[in-house]
Amino acid sequence: MTEFNNFAELHMDILKEIGNIGAGHAATALSQLLDKQVDMLVPNARVIPFWEISNSVGGPEKEVIAVYLRVEGDVPGNLFFILAKESSRKLLKQLVDSRYETGEEYSDMEKSALCEIANILAGSYLSSLADFTQLHMTPTVPALSIDMAGAILSYGLLQYGQVGDLALLIDTTFFEGMEAVEGHFFLLPDPHSFEKIFRALGVPDL
Amino acid sequence: MTETILVTVNMADMNVVKSTGGLRTTGLGSCVGVALYDPMAKVAGMAHVMLPNSDIARETTIKPAKYADLAIPELIRRMCEMDAAPKSIQAKLAGGAQMFAGIGNTDILRIGPRNIESCKDALAKFDIPIVAEDTGGHYGRTIELYCVTGKLVVRSVQRETKEL
Repeated sequence: MTEFNNFAELHMDILKEIGNIGAGHAATALSQLLDKQVDMLVPNARVIPFWEISNSVGGPEKEVIAVYLRVEGDVPGNLFFILAKESSRKLLKQLVDSRYETGEEYSDMEKSALCEIANILAGSYLSSLADFTQLHMTPTVPALSIDMAGAILSYGLLQYGQVGDLALLIDTTFFEGMEAVEGHFFLLPDPHSFEKIFRALGVPDL
Repeated sequence: MTETILVTVNMADMNVVKSTGGLRTTGLGSCVGVALYDPMAKVAGMAHVMLPNSDIARETTIKPAKYADLAIPELIRRMCEMDAAPKSIQAKLAGGAQMFAGIGNTDILRIGPRNIESCKDALAKFDIPIVAEDTGGHYGRTIELYCVTGKLVVRSVQRETKEL
Protein backbone atom coordinates (compact mmCIF):
# COMPACT_ATOMS: atom_id res chain seq x y z
CA MET A 1 0.00 0.00 0.00
CA THR A 2 1.16 3.49 -0.72
CA GLU A 3 1.96 5.38 2.44
CA PHE A 4 0.77 8.70 1.20
CA ASN A 5 1.47 10.41 4.46
CA ASN A 6 5.14 9.79 3.68
CA PHE A 7 5.13 11.42 0.28
CA ALA A 8 8.09 13.63 -0.40
CA GLU A 9 7.75 17.22 -1.45
CA LEU A 10 8.38 16.17 -5.03
CA HIS A 11 5.36 13.91 -4.99
CA MET A 12 3.12 16.56 -3.48
CA ASP A 13 4.31 19.01 -6.13
CA ILE A 14 3.36 16.56 -8.84
CA LEU A 15 -0.09 16.10 -7.36
CA LYS A 16 -0.51 19.87 -7.19
CA GLU A 17 0.49 20.07 -10.82
CA ILE A 18 -2.14 17.49 -11.63
CA GLY A 19 -4.73 19.65 -9.89
CA ASN A 20 -3.39 22.62 -11.78
CA ILE A 21 -3.61 21.04 -15.20
CA GLY A 22 -7.02 19.53 -14.63
CA ALA A 23 -8.57 22.62 -13.15
CA GLY A 24 -6.84 24.86 -15.67
CA HIS A 25 -8.60 23.10 -18.49
CA ALA A 26 -11.86 23.07 -16.58
CA ALA A 27 -11.54 26.81 -15.97
CA THR A 28 -11.01 27.37 -19.67
CA ALA A 29 -14.12 25.32 -20.40
CA LEU A 30 -16.10 27.39 -17.91
CA SER A 31 -14.72 30.57 -19.34
CA GLN A 32 -15.91 29.56 -22.81
CA LEU A 33 -19.27 28.53 -21.46
CA LEU A 34 -19.81 31.89 -19.77
CA ASP A 35 -17.82 33.93 -22.23
CA LYS A 36 -16.03 35.53 -19.27
CA GLN A 37 -12.66 35.41 -17.65
CA VAL A 38 -12.22 32.72 -15.03
CA ASP A 39 -9.33 32.79 -12.55
CA MET A 40 -8.07 30.09 -10.31
CA LEU A 41 -6.03 29.79 -7.17
CA VAL A 42 -2.84 27.83 -6.91
CA PRO A 43 -4.02 24.30 -6.20
CA ASN A 44 -3.58 22.58 -2.97
CA ALA A 45 -2.51 18.98 -2.47
CA ARG A 46 -2.83 18.02 1.13
CA VAL A 47 -2.88 15.00 3.32
CA ILE A 48 -5.67 15.65 5.79
CA PRO A 49 -7.57 13.77 8.47
CA PHE A 50 -11.08 12.81 7.37
CA TRP A 51 -12.92 15.25 9.57
CA GLU A 52 -11.13 18.22 8.05
CA ILE A 53 -12.17 17.53 4.51
CA SER A 54 -15.15 19.87 4.49
CA ASN A 55 -13.27 22.79 6.08
CA SER A 56 -12.23 24.35 2.79
CA VAL A 57 -15.86 24.62 1.68
CA GLY A 58 -17.24 26.04 4.92
CA GLY A 59 -17.46 23.17 7.39
CA PRO A 60 -19.40 19.89 7.58
CA GLU A 61 -22.79 21.54 7.97
CA LYS A 62 -22.46 24.07 5.17
CA GLU A 63 -25.08 23.52 2.52
CA VAL A 64 -23.43 23.00 -0.85
CA ILE A 65 -24.23 21.89 -4.34
CA ALA A 66 -22.10 18.90 -5.16
CA VAL A 67 -21.72 16.88 -8.27
CA TYR A 68 -20.03 13.57 -7.81
CA LEU A 69 -18.35 11.50 -10.45
CA ARG A 70 -16.65 8.23 -9.91
CA VAL A 71 -13.52 7.99 -12.00
CA GLU A 72 -12.95 4.59 -13.53
CA GLY A 73 -10.07 3.19 -15.53
CA ASP A 74 -6.38 2.91 -14.68
CA VAL A 75 -6.49 5.21 -11.68
CA PRO A 76 -9.86 4.95 -9.98
CA GLY A 77 -10.92 7.72 -7.67
CA ASN A 78 -13.62 10.17 -6.71
CA LEU A 79 -14.13 13.59 -8.18
CA PHE A 80 -16.36 16.24 -6.64
CA PHE A 81 -17.30 19.59 -8.05
CA ILE A 82 -18.55 21.77 -5.20
CA LEU A 83 -20.33 25.09 -5.38
CA ALA A 84 -21.66 27.20 -2.56
CA LYS A 85 -25.38 27.84 -2.85
CA GLU A 86 -24.93 31.54 -3.65
CA SER A 87 -22.38 30.69 -6.32
CA SER A 88 -24.63 28.19 -8.01
CA ARG A 89 -27.35 30.85 -8.25
CA LYS A 90 -24.96 33.32 -9.86
CA LEU A 91 -23.76 30.71 -12.26
CA LEU A 92 -27.28 29.78 -13.30
CA LYS A 93 -28.17 33.39 -13.75
CA GLN A 94 -25.21 34.05 -16.01
CA LEU A 95 -25.81 30.96 -17.99
CA VAL A 96 -29.51 31.31 -18.54
CA ASP A 97 -30.57 34.93 -18.40
CA SER A 98 -29.63 37.90 -16.25
CA ARG A 99 -33.31 38.59 -15.53
CA TYR A 100 -33.82 35.06 -14.48
CA GLU A 101 -34.78 34.66 -10.82
CA THR A 102 -34.20 31.43 -9.00
CA GLY A 103 -36.52 30.33 -6.24
CA GLU A 104 -35.60 28.87 -2.88
CA GLU A 105 -35.90 25.37 -4.29
CA TYR A 106 -33.99 24.23 -7.31
CA SER A 107 -36.14 23.18 -10.21
CA ASP A 108 -35.35 20.02 -12.11
CA MET A 109 -34.17 22.17 -14.98
CA GLU A 110 -31.74 24.03 -12.75
CA LYS A 111 -30.42 20.82 -11.24
CA SER A 112 -29.97 19.38 -14.66
CA ALA A 113 -28.14 22.53 -15.83
CA LEU A 114 -25.79 22.41 -12.83
CA CYS A 115 -25.16 18.75 -13.42
CA GLU A 116 -24.34 19.44 -17.03
CA ILE A 117 -21.96 22.29 -16.15
CA ALA A 118 -20.18 20.00 -13.73
CA ASN A 119 -20.11 17.28 -16.33
CA ILE A 120 -18.44 19.55 -18.86
CA LEU A 121 -15.93 20.82 -16.33
CA ALA A 122 -15.17 17.39 -14.92
CA GLY A 123 -14.84 16.03 -18.42
CA SER A 124 -12.21 18.60 -19.32
CA TYR A 125 -10.51 18.12 -15.94
CA LEU A 126 -10.17 14.40 -16.49
CA SER A 127 -9.32 14.41 -20.17
CA SER A 128 -6.44 16.81 -19.56
CA LEU A 129 -5.16 14.52 -16.81
CA ALA A 130 -5.51 11.53 -19.07
CA ASP A 131 -3.53 13.31 -21.79
CA PHE A 132 -0.85 14.33 -19.36
CA THR A 133 -0.41 10.95 -17.70
CA GLN A 134 -1.33 8.77 -20.69
CA LEU A 135 -3.57 6.88 -18.32
CA HIS A 136 -7.09 5.82 -19.02
CA MET A 137 -9.73 7.70 -17.02
CA THR A 138 -13.45 7.73 -17.61
CA PRO A 139 -16.04 9.46 -15.49
CA THR A 140 -19.33 7.85 -14.59
CA VAL A 141 -22.59 9.69 -15.11
CA PRO A 142 -22.62 12.62 -12.66
CA ALA A 143 -24.87 12.62 -9.64
CA LEU A 144 -26.07 15.79 -7.95
CA SER A 145 -26.70 16.36 -4.29
CA ILE A 146 -27.65 19.54 -2.46
CA ASP A 147 -26.83 18.93 1.14
CA MET A 148 -24.35 19.26 4.00
CA ALA A 149 -20.75 19.28 2.80
CA GLY A 150 -19.71 16.73 5.42
CA ALA A 151 -22.39 14.25 4.45
CA ILE A 152 -21.48 14.53 0.78
CA LEU A 153 -17.72 14.48 1.01
CA SER A 154 -17.60 11.59 3.46
CA TYR A 155 -18.87 9.55 0.55
CA GLY A 156 -15.59 10.13 -1.22
CA LEU A 157 -13.64 8.90 1.78
CA LEU A 158 -14.98 5.39 2.01
CA GLN A 159 -12.10 3.90 0.07
CA TYR A 160 -9.70 5.64 2.43
CA GLY A 161 -11.60 4.51 5.46
CA GLN A 162 -10.41 0.98 4.96
CA VAL A 163 -6.75 1.91 4.95
CA GLY A 164 -6.37 4.72 7.44
CA ASP A 165 -7.66 7.99 8.82
CA LEU A 166 -6.06 10.29 6.29
CA ALA A 167 -7.01 11.25 2.78
CA LEU A 168 -5.04 12.92 0.04
CA LEU A 169 -7.02 15.74 -1.39
CA ILE A 170 -6.21 17.80 -4.47
CA ASP A 171 -8.30 20.94 -4.20
CA THR A 172 -8.50 23.71 -6.76
CA THR A 173 -10.61 26.81 -6.35
CA PHE A 174 -11.62 29.09 -9.16
CA PHE A 175 -13.41 32.40 -9.41
CA GLU A 176 -15.30 34.17 -12.09
CA GLY A 177 -14.92 37.93 -12.40
CA MET A 178 -15.86 40.50 -9.81
CA GLU A 179 -18.91 38.65 -8.69
CA ALA A 180 -17.20 35.68 -7.23
CA VAL A 181 -18.55 32.38 -8.33
CA GLU A 182 -16.45 30.12 -6.24
CA GLY A 183 -16.13 26.51 -7.22
CA HIS A 184 -14.00 23.70 -5.89
CA PHE A 185 -12.70 20.60 -7.52
CA PHE A 186 -11.89 17.81 -5.11
CA LEU A 187 -9.99 14.92 -6.56
CA LEU A 188 -9.57 11.95 -4.27
CA PRO A 189 -7.70 9.23 -6.10
CA ASP A 190 -8.15 5.83 -4.45
CA PRO A 191 -5.22 5.01 -2.16
CA HIS A 192 -3.68 2.49 -4.58
CA SER A 193 -3.95 4.88 -7.55
CA PHE A 194 -1.06 7.08 -6.50
CA GLU A 195 1.62 4.58 -7.39
CA LYS A 196 0.20 4.35 -10.91
CA ILE A 197 0.08 8.11 -11.31
CA PHE A 198 3.69 8.47 -10.25
CA ARG A 199 4.85 5.58 -12.39
CA ALA A 200 3.06 6.98 -15.42
CA LEU A 201 4.91 10.24 -14.94
CA GLY A 202 8.25 8.53 -14.48
CA VAL A 203 8.67 9.56 -10.88
CA PRO A 204 11.03 7.36 -8.87
CA ASP A 205 9.31 4.96 -6.50
CA LEU A 206 8.82 5.93 -2.93
CA MET B 1 -30.20 29.60 31.95
CA THR B 2 -26.87 28.27 30.80
CA GLU B 3 -26.41 26.84 27.38
CA THR B 4 -25.91 23.11 27.14
CA ILE B 5 -22.35 22.25 26.25
CA LEU B 6 -22.17 19.79 23.41
CA VAL B 7 -19.05 17.75 22.89
CA THR B 8 -18.26 17.22 19.22
CA VAL B 9 -17.79 13.72 17.92
CA ASN B 10 -15.69 13.64 14.75
CA MET B 11 -16.06 11.26 11.89
CA ALA B 12 -14.83 7.80 12.91
CA ASP B 13 -14.69 8.81 16.54
CA MET B 14 -16.72 8.39 19.74
CA ASN B 15 -17.30 10.12 23.03
CA VAL B 16 -19.13 9.67 26.32
CA VAL B 17 -20.59 12.28 28.68
CA LYS B 18 -22.30 12.04 32.04
CA SER B 19 -24.97 14.04 33.89
CA THR B 20 -24.91 17.30 31.94
CA GLY B 21 -24.26 18.57 28.46
CA GLY B 22 -24.50 16.41 25.42
CA LEU B 23 -22.89 15.12 22.29
CA ARG B 24 -23.03 16.29 18.74
CA THR B 25 -21.88 14.99 15.38
CA THR B 26 -22.27 16.82 12.10
CA GLY B 27 -22.71 15.91 8.47
CA LEU B 28 -23.76 12.28 8.68
CA GLY B 29 -24.20 10.97 5.16
CA SER B 30 -23.80 7.26 4.69
CA CYS B 31 -22.19 7.23 8.13
CA VAL B 32 -24.36 6.25 11.08
CA GLY B 33 -24.63 8.20 14.30
CA VAL B 34 -25.09 5.70 17.12
CA ALA B 35 -26.58 7.38 20.19
CA LEU B 36 -26.63 5.26 23.33
CA TYR B 37 -28.23 6.43 26.54
CA ASP B 38 -28.62 5.06 30.03
CA PRO B 39 -31.54 6.98 31.58
CA MET B 40 -30.77 5.70 35.09
CA ALA B 41 -27.12 6.68 35.22
CA LYS B 42 -27.59 9.65 32.85
CA VAL B 43 -24.70 8.52 30.70
CA ALA B 44 -24.76 9.30 27.00
CA GLY B 45 -22.45 7.90 24.35
CA MET B 46 -22.15 8.63 20.66
CA ALA B 47 -20.17 7.11 17.81
CA HIS B 48 -19.85 8.34 14.21
CA VAL B 49 -19.54 5.02 12.39
CA MET B 50 -18.21 5.06 8.85
CA LEU B 51 -17.99 1.47 7.67
CA PRO B 52 -19.98 -1.65 8.48
CA ASN B 53 -17.36 -4.22 9.27
CA SER B 54 -13.72 -4.32 10.33
CA ASP B 55 -13.14 -7.43 8.17
CA ILE B 56 -12.45 -5.10 5.27
CA ALA B 57 -9.87 -3.10 7.24
CA ARG B 58 -6.48 -3.01 5.58
CA GLU B 59 -4.89 -0.73 8.12
CA THR B 60 -2.52 -1.61 10.88
CA THR B 61 -3.91 0.41 13.73
CA ILE B 62 -7.66 0.17 13.74
CA LYS B 63 -9.80 2.90 15.18
CA PRO B 64 -12.76 1.05 16.70
CA ALA B 65 -15.20 3.95 16.22
CA LYS B 66 -14.84 3.69 12.46
CA TYR B 67 -16.36 0.23 12.17
CA ALA B 68 -19.86 -0.64 13.38
CA ASP B 69 -18.88 -4.07 14.69
CA LEU B 70 -16.10 -2.62 16.87
CA ALA B 71 -17.61 0.76 17.73
CA ILE B 72 -20.65 -0.51 19.57
CA PRO B 73 -18.88 -2.87 22.03
CA GLU B 74 -16.25 -0.20 22.70
CA LEU B 75 -18.85 2.52 23.24
CA ILE B 76 -20.76 0.31 25.68
CA ARG B 77 -17.54 -0.48 27.52
CA ARG B 78 -16.68 3.19 27.86
CA MET B 79 -20.18 4.03 29.06
CA CYS B 80 -19.96 1.28 31.67
CA GLU B 81 -16.73 2.83 32.93
CA MET B 82 -18.87 5.89 33.67
CA ASP B 83 -21.34 3.76 35.66
CA ALA B 84 -23.83 2.93 32.92
CA ALA B 85 -25.43 -0.51 33.13
CA PRO B 86 -25.63 -2.50 29.90
CA LYS B 87 -29.17 -3.65 30.65
CA SER B 88 -30.53 -0.12 30.93
CA ILE B 89 -28.85 1.26 27.80
CA GLN B 90 -31.14 2.26 24.94
CA ALA B 91 -30.11 3.05 21.39
CA LYS B 92 -31.16 5.61 18.83
CA LEU B 93 -29.78 5.57 15.31
CA ALA B 94 -29.56 8.26 12.65
CA GLY B 95 -27.90 8.48 9.27
CA GLY B 96 -27.07 5.68 6.87
CA ALA B 97 -28.31 7.61 3.87
CA GLN B 98 -27.47 7.01 0.23
CA MET B 99 -26.24 10.43 -0.72
CA PHE B 100 -26.12 9.84 -4.43
CA ALA B 101 -29.07 7.79 -5.54
CA GLY B 102 -29.07 5.82 -8.70
CA ILE B 103 -25.47 5.71 -9.81
CA GLY B 104 -23.46 2.56 -10.36
CA ASN B 105 -24.16 -0.51 -8.34
CA THR B 106 -21.07 -1.25 -6.32
CA ASP B 107 -21.05 -2.22 -2.67
CA ILE B 108 -19.82 1.24 -1.80
CA LEU B 109 -23.16 2.66 -2.91
CA ARG B 110 -25.07 0.55 -0.46
CA ILE B 111 -22.75 1.53 2.36
CA GLY B 112 -25.46 3.48 4.22
CA PRO B 113 -27.96 0.62 4.52
CA ARG B 114 -25.12 -1.78 5.28
CA ASN B 115 -23.89 0.47 8.06
CA ILE B 116 -27.36 0.47 9.60
CA GLU B 117 -27.72 -3.30 9.38
CA SER B 118 -24.34 -3.80 10.93
CA CYS B 119 -25.13 -1.41 13.82
CA LYS B 120 -28.37 -3.23 14.47
CA ASP B 121 -26.61 -6.59 14.52
CA ALA B 122 -24.03 -5.32 16.96
CA LEU B 123 -26.69 -3.82 19.24
CA ALA B 124 -28.69 -7.07 19.15
CA LYS B 125 -25.66 -8.94 20.48
CA PHE B 126 -25.84 -6.83 23.63
CA ASP B 127 -29.66 -6.97 23.80
CA ILE B 128 -29.81 -3.21 23.52
CA PRO B 129 -33.21 -2.04 22.26
CA ILE B 130 -33.40 0.49 19.44
CA VAL B 131 -36.04 2.90 20.73
CA ALA B 132 -35.97 5.29 17.78
CA GLU B 133 -34.29 5.77 14.44
CA ASP B 134 -34.15 8.22 11.60
CA THR B 135 -32.20 6.39 8.96
CA GLY B 136 -31.96 5.95 5.21
CA GLY B 137 -33.15 8.43 2.63
CA HIS B 138 -30.87 10.52 0.47
CA TYR B 139 -29.93 13.38 2.74
CA GLY B 140 -27.38 14.36 5.35
CA ARG B 141 -28.03 14.76 9.05
CA THR B 142 -26.56 16.43 12.11
CA ILE B 143 -27.47 14.96 15.47
CA GLU B 144 -27.38 16.11 19.07
CA LEU B 145 -27.89 13.86 22.07
CA TYR B 146 -28.80 15.52 25.35
CA CYS B 147 -27.56 13.93 28.51
CA VAL B 148 -30.29 15.10 30.90
CA THR B 149 -33.26 14.03 28.80
CA GLY B 150 -31.82 11.46 26.44
CA LYS B 151 -33.45 13.33 23.56
CA LEU B 152 -31.88 13.01 20.15
CA VAL B 153 -32.33 16.01 17.88
CA VAL B 154 -31.89 15.34 14.17
CA ARG B 155 -31.30 18.32 11.90
CA SER B 156 -31.12 18.31 8.14
CA VAL B 157 -31.09 20.73 5.25
CA GLN B 158 -34.53 21.49 3.78
CA ARG B 159 -36.29 19.26 6.28
CA GLU B 160 -37.87 19.92 9.63
CA THR B 161 -35.83 19.22 12.71
CA LYS B 162 -36.91 16.01 14.39
CA GLU B 163 -36.79 15.03 18.01
CA LEU B 164 -36.38 11.37 18.79
